[in-house]
Amino acid sequence: MVTNITNFGRSGLSDWLIQRFSAVILALYTLFIVAYLLLNPGLDYATWSGLFAQTWMRIFSLLAFVSIAAHAWIGLWTVTTDYLKPTGIRLAVQSAIILAIFVFLVWGIQILWGA
Amino acid sequence: MSTLQVSVYRYNPETDSAPYMQEFQVDTKGRDLMVLDVLHLTKEQDSSMAYRRSCREGVCGSDGMNMNGKNGLACITPLSEVVKNNKLVLRPLPGLPVIRDLVVDMGIFYKQYERIQPYLQNDTPAPAIERLQSPEDRDKLDGLYECILCACCSTSCPSFWWNPDKFVGPAGLLQSYRFLADSRDEATSERLAELEDPFSVFRCRGIMNCVAVCPKGLNPTRAIGKIREMLLANAT
Ligand code: SF4
Ligand code: SF4
Ligand code: FES
Repeated sequence: MVTNITNFGRSGLSDWLIQRFSAVILALYTLFIVAYLLLNPGLDYATWSGLFAQTWMRIFSLLAFVSIAAHAWIGLWTVTTDYLKPTGIRLAVQSAIILAIFVFLVWGIQILWGA
Repeated sequence: MSTLQVSVYRYNPETDSAPYMQEFQVDTKGRDLMVLDVLHLTKEQDSSMAYRRSCREGVCGSDGMNMNGKNGLACITPLSEVVKNNKLVLRPLPGLPVIRDLVVDMGIFYKQYERIQPYLQNDTPAPAIERLQSPEDRDKLDGLYECILCACCSTSCPSFWWNPDKFVGPAGLLQSYRFLADSRDEATSERLAELEDPFSVFRCRGIMNCVAVCPKGLNPTRAIGKIREMLLANAT
């Protein structure tokens, strides 16, 4: 078995499953948002913020945010292990990616529950 | 005119500072020769050229090379299949260290093959005559056992180029599945445990270059999918 520590799951199988599961969630979320925008042509701020005030929409959005965080991490981790061969550079880039994903995730949660 | 323009990758690490392409004019006398025959003709012009070949009939797997950008066995690839604009470019299999000219170091390819333990494992005492297998179980090995380890597939796989030390590669994985699918083998769970990390199997991105080049018409991508299914069934 090939060992690796920077991949959180440490299992190719769970990475593979998460990648597929999160892709489905993201597809559903994208379809929903596109359909919502098409069905509400003259969308104003009140309706839009009303949508995000509902609990189910917040849960759905949080699920989408967590999915994109996991999906992005697994995908970018794979890219860095393919193309960045010097260990120092690879670790630095991986750290930057994880930090960015963390910041975006917390920021997203704050937007959802903040306003 | 039946003169073919052939350009061959040349590199002798003892004398050359860098690889270069050597140009040859080969008279094919209008015949649809195999690429290996053309190589023999160029070697008559310059005997210092090195390449591997043995059976010259697609059985030994020693003359895998890159012909006009596509991997294959030179001995069973007719010119009509690869030559465009009367030009033939021959290079060593991509991604492996070059020992000399078209001869590559297959060490890492064999290392990955060794890693999947390509032999039957069965600790049950053998019956008096032989371990029997039903015709249906035997059929499961078709399309797997025929591999001649020519490395055409693994050296055309980008995932193998980037991580040849960690990703088993299509050839090794096809053989891995050959033993996972064998009803007489008892090491299934040990074999699977060796494969579930993010590299060994899962670095396959389904690009299917391996399927496109296999001179034996085998389908490593399908075998990789089957291994994935087994891993999933084993872990859920
Ligand atoms: S699977 Fe096909 S291309 Fe790959 S090593 Fe075997 S025979 Fe060669
Ligand atoms: S299908 Fe997988 S093993 Fe085959 S060439 Fe593509 S990435 Fe490599
Ligand atoms: S020489 Fe044996 S496969 Fe081509």
